[in-house]
Amino acid sequence: MLFLILFTSLLLGGAYALMAMGLTLQYGVARIMNLSIGETLVGAAFAAFWLQTQAQVGPLWGLLVITPAAFVLNWLIYRHLLTPLVRRAKNRGMLEVDSILATFGLLFILQGVMLALFGGNYYSYSYFSEPVELFGHTFALNRIVAFAVAAAVALALYLGLNRTRTGTAVRAVSVDPVAAGLVAIDVARTSALAFAIGGALTACGGALLSMFLTFNASMGVVFTMKALIIVIMGGVGDPRGAVIAALLLALAETTVATLVDPGLTLAATYGLFVLILLFRPQGIMGRRTA
Amino acid sequence: MNTREILIMAASGLLLAGLACLPLADEGFWLTLGISLAGYVAMSTAWALFSGPTSYVSLATAAFFGTGAYVVVNLGETAPWPAVLVVAAVCGALLALLAGMATLRLSGVHFVIFTFGLAELIRQLVTWYQTNIGGAVGQYVFVDISSAQIYWQLLALCGLVFLAGWAINRSRLGLALRVIGDDETVAAHSGINTARVKLLLFCISGAFIAVVGAVLAPRWTYIEPSIAFNSMISFQVVIMALLGGSRRLWGPLVGVIPFTVLYELISGHFPNHTHLLLGTAFLLIVYFLPQGVAGRIEQLRLRRTHRETHAARSPATLGETAR
Repeated sequence: MLFLILFTSLLLGGAYALMAMGLTLQYGVARIMNLSIGETLVGAAFAAFWLQTQAQVGPLWGLLVITPAAFVLNWLIYRHLLTPLVRRAKNRGMLEVDSILATFGLLFILQGVMLALFGGNYYSYSYFSEPVELFGHTFALNRIVAFAVAAAVALALYLGLNRTRTGTAVRAVSVDPVAAGLVAIDVARTSALAFAIGGALTACGGALLSMFLTFNASMGVVFTMKALIIVIMGGVGDPRGAVIAALLLALAETTVATLVDPGLTLAATYGLFVLILLFRPQGIMGRRTA
Repeated sequence: MNTREILIMAASGLLLAGLACLPLADEGFWLTLGISLAGYVAMSTAWALFSGPTSYVSLATAAFFGTGAYVVVNLGETAPWPAVLVVAAVCGALLALLAGMATLRLSGVHFVIFTFGLAELIRQLVTWYQTNIGGAVGQYVFVDISSAQIYWQLLALCGLVFLAGWAINRSRLGLALRVIGDDETVAAHSGINTARVKLLLFCISGAFIAVVGAVLAPRWTYIEPSIAFNSMISFQVVIMALLGGSRRLWGPLVGVIPFTVLYELISGHFPNHTHLLLGTAFLLIVYFLPQGVAGRIEQLRLRRTHRETHAARSPATLGETAR
């Protein structure tokens, strides 16, 4: 039982981690609290569904289309919709309130468009759904494939952030945008890049989740909630924290769903959130600010 | 109180009395519209009491509203009605206290995130309780109250919220709140217990919204968690308050009327497009009316007086007046 819970939550946590790393980049580097991130995720899930059922392109190949598309779309959103807000804001608090309200707008518009296109029904498709025997338990192959891809993408992001010049610039902006500007980093461009990468990661997570989860057009808010809690739990701006927190959250959810009641997963999430708020508000990997 | 304030008070009293005559004229469409307007005015003004000066965007409105409604479900048939309303207010304040204690000593973002899922969390807990421990998921409310009585209660509540807002504005609490909104660090340094002030105001705001939920509950007759804790209420209230302008007491009032009418129209004719309306409204407010209608009016007025004083001082106009 213990092994089953641990392994199931590990497989689920992979996709959560991608989404949370996306949000932590958008909020920690670009300073945009993106509340429409769940809609990006669900949108990617619908795109994967459409590619699989209409164009006969499997979601793994579909990733090669969905991820770049999400990158471009998020770049455009940051450049044209959010940059005016960044310019207008006198301080970080004002930008936070403005970006929260603007992304609420995006949330409802994206949700409205998806509702118009697909209606309120639940969707799913079958892909790699044969059973696999692992250590005496059966798992669906699609979950394992999704986790492997998520792990590869996360590793690539980690190397990109830590081993390249651009990655260093992104981390510098995350620590202090003003100081980053002083050492000749183009803060506006780096922020746009981080926002776009964040959107691409989230879309990637969404396409992977769609391989084994049923989804509908109004489900994004639930994922946004999870992503937000994971980011706060892990420490804003730190992808390593996002991974750890995503696995913890998946573990809490899976434990409550298997041992207590599947209807109480959100309560489990909130329980974790309250613990973090009370005992470590800066997050697991976060540093206490003055 | 100066003469101007006495005049405003008298005028608002007369206006309320005039509005209270509505049920005598019409019991159908207009009364229904009046009830939903009065309910939203009370809720968005109560929302702005806390979120206006502090700029902490609260999405807990649906949670308070549903809590009030569920007090009626559980007590409505046994306890006397005024007692039910008092219990609803206390429950709303308690919920605000719990949510506030967990988040209000931290930054605004923690608060937004926590309130974002609060209604959904309570909905899950109530559903779980009703399916596993006691009762059915949906319940009937049999309370003998006419629509006109609901309308009058809501009007009285609106009056109360405005009175409370006016009293808070001129008290030390209101001053403390405005300082916090301008700069929280400065507020803390000048000896304001910021967490306590925010908590107190959040409780007052939550109590009022819970009472609105309780007053409106008998209109449904059948209540289930997904109706009472509908998170759309939270978003609608935020939009209305911001559209009108949340920094002025009368601001939300200006936002409620056009938005409610528009929302009713759209949900009547194109029920699938309410999301698009909400989204567009949010974007329009952020980009074109960041201070709301009230803020825009004030800005224009300020610019005019500025221009007038400026014109009066300039030599050209001086010459003209001399001639």
